[in-house]
Amino acid sequence: MALPEVKQTATEARLATLTMPDAGCTRAAREDALARVLEMGLPGRRDEYWKYTRPDTLISPEAPRAALFNSDEPLLFGNLDRLKIVFIDGVFSAEDSDDLELEGVSIDRIEDICCKDIHWAKELYGVLEARGQSPVQRPLAALNTAFAADGVAIHVTGKPSKPISLIYRHASETSDAMLHHIIRVESGAEVTILENGPAASRFNKCMEIDIADGGILHHVRAQGRDHERRAATHMFTRLGQESVYKSFTLTVNGILTRNEQVVELTGDDAVAHVAGACVGDGDFHHDDTVFVTHDAVNCESRQVFKKVLRNGATGVFQGKILVKEGAQKTDGYQISQSLLLDDDSQFLAKPELEIYADDVACSHGSTSGAIDETALFYLRSRGVPVKDATNMLTLAFLAEAVDEIEDAALAEAIVNRLEGWLSRHI
Amino acid sequence: MLEIKNLHVKLEEEEKQILKGVDLTVEAGKVHAIMGPNGSGKSTLSYVLSGRDGYEVTEGSATLEGADLLEMEPEERAAAGIFLAFQYPVEIPGVGNMTFLRTAVNAQRKARGEEELSAADFLKEVRAKAKSLKIDADMLKRPVNVGFSGGEKKRNEILQMAMLEPKMCILDETDSGLDVDAMKLVAEGVNALRDEGRGFLVITHYQRLLDHIKPDVVHIMADGRIVKTGGPDLALEVENNGYADILAEVN
Repeated sequence: MALPEVKQTATEARLATLTMPDAGCTRAAREDALARVLEMGLPGRRDEYWKYTRPDTLISPEAPRAALFNSDEPLLFGNLDRLKIVFIDGVFSAEDSDDLELEGVSIDRIEDICCKDIHWAKELYGVLEARGQSPVQRPLAALNTAFAADGVAIHVTGKPSKPISLIYRHASETSDAMLHHIIRVESGAEVTILENGPAASRFNKCMEIDIADGGILHHVRAQGRDHERRAATHMFTRLGQESVYKSFTLTVNGILTRNEQVVELTGDDAVAHVAGACVGDGDFHHDDTVFVTHDAVNCESRQVFKKVLRNGATGVFQGKILVKEGAQKTDGYQISQSLLLDDDSQFLAKPELEIYADDVACSHGSTSGAIDETALFYLRSRGVPVKDATNMLTLAFLAEAVDEIEDAALAEAIVNRLEGWLSRHI
Repeated sequence: MLEIKNLHVKLEEEEKQILKGVDLTVEAGKVHAIMGPNGSGKSTLSYVLSGRDGYEVTEGSATLEGADLLEMEPEERAAAGIFLAFQYPVEIPGVGNMTFLRTAVNAQRKARGEEELSAADFLKEVRAKAKSLKIDADMLKRPVNVGFSGGEKKRNEILQMAMLEPKMCILDETDSGLDVDAMKLVAEGVNALRDEGRGFLVITHYQRLLDHIKPDVVHIMADGRIVKTGGPDLALEVENNGYADILAEVN
């Protein structure tokens, strides 16, 4: 079916600015992805899945300019022992990165997976993204598969001694970056993946994660503070039997962020938790779009998303739990909440459940509200100044999401970052 | 210590006068009790003194050691020495009890220009005080009042009072929802804090709390005013005859 003309024109205009990397064995996957983009067209304002978030600036030929944020705050995760992989405006920087050698894991750049003949990577690149295009289309992810010029392939075969830390620096006010990472966690292996930084003026990132039976992946991400940055990210995760995926994202500032999580539980007894906390003041639009598919027995999924919004900031949550026929004993939970610190901010939520099995427990809830005045008075009556009391209650509101981070040091780093933001904005 | 003169208070949102000229002086070292029927304005008085929103003072004054309370923010009143033990202590999910206490103690110290308590000193003190109120370590770690029983919540109020060492303690129906044993424990906590530098205003419906916290002065409040003042015997009179007789006598 032909695309609407507006969409066709916008898609062509965007594609005209892009060149497909000459990437050997991923070429076929890239060509397929481009075909998907041409068939779907890039997101438009009239698309149901983009009802609450305007995609215009995410698909425009040029990235809108975004000023750099300068801060004296210490680097996030700075005091943690980790393997650093640095990208500056979406380009790998060998100079700033650590040596990519670590026991229990092998790390390669996407451009090297062909010459090194890394089979698992060739078999994963673009595959989960393609699976994730149904039942809902995600054209920006297909665009990424086709055109991402950089990224890493991480193969986890053991239990590396420290987290792998992807650091995204923003150096140019006009940068337009695309990164595509693929991760395979083998049976019984366990890894922690960190991501942080503003990345670029406009950032399109896609991550495909395949966790084999009994594998464990922890993911903690902090999206950086540059006020004018834009980001569209996709994480596609497939879980095998008894595997575990726990992901947490902190978003601080950013004029436009759309984070999509597409999780597929394909093996029995798997566990997937996706959580997010975001704080926005003023020109801030944050969209969490989550799609969890239960396609196995006795799996557990949790979605916990909290947003603090003020001065006209907007939060969006589109979260779905799909329980397929036969996915009995599913335990699905979804909560999305916003704390609106004034009357100008808004939270738009669309929680969805679609269940085709008869022996499942699924719950969802969505709320938005102001600071609890009674609690605020209680704290103040004990001598806590109103600003500190508001901060305490705001952090408390976010706690359920932050608590999804299992590692205490990582959780502390995130809380510190939140406290820093609150002290500047409230 | 606490001086309330001709205090008139109405609800901010509606034309409803609640306090209609309260006069009350609580001296340092003394325990004053306020008794009265439902709706007489007892709780309103405690909220107005501690600075809760929603009330408008239309006339009169309230001072603590000469300082105008009504001009201060709630946290300033706390630092000046006012403490309100809530009738319904508030549950605050996500804020640890210990964190809350330490923040409060140090915020008050800071406001008074005193040095903040070190983590170690604070811990030592809070443990000792918690122990005497039979508050276990687990309760200190849990979020403020979340999942606490009625008795635990009231003991937690007294623990806060013990840690903050206020000059003027206002207890709003601290006996409500407590069984006899819990009430005794709370009363012991309060009695331990009695000293010559500290005043107490104990608001209660019933005389039974006053068996355990012996008041020096008892006031009867009705329809927004203090209608009768006497010694501890006045509380017994209420217990035996109810409020009707006293109110009839006053009117």
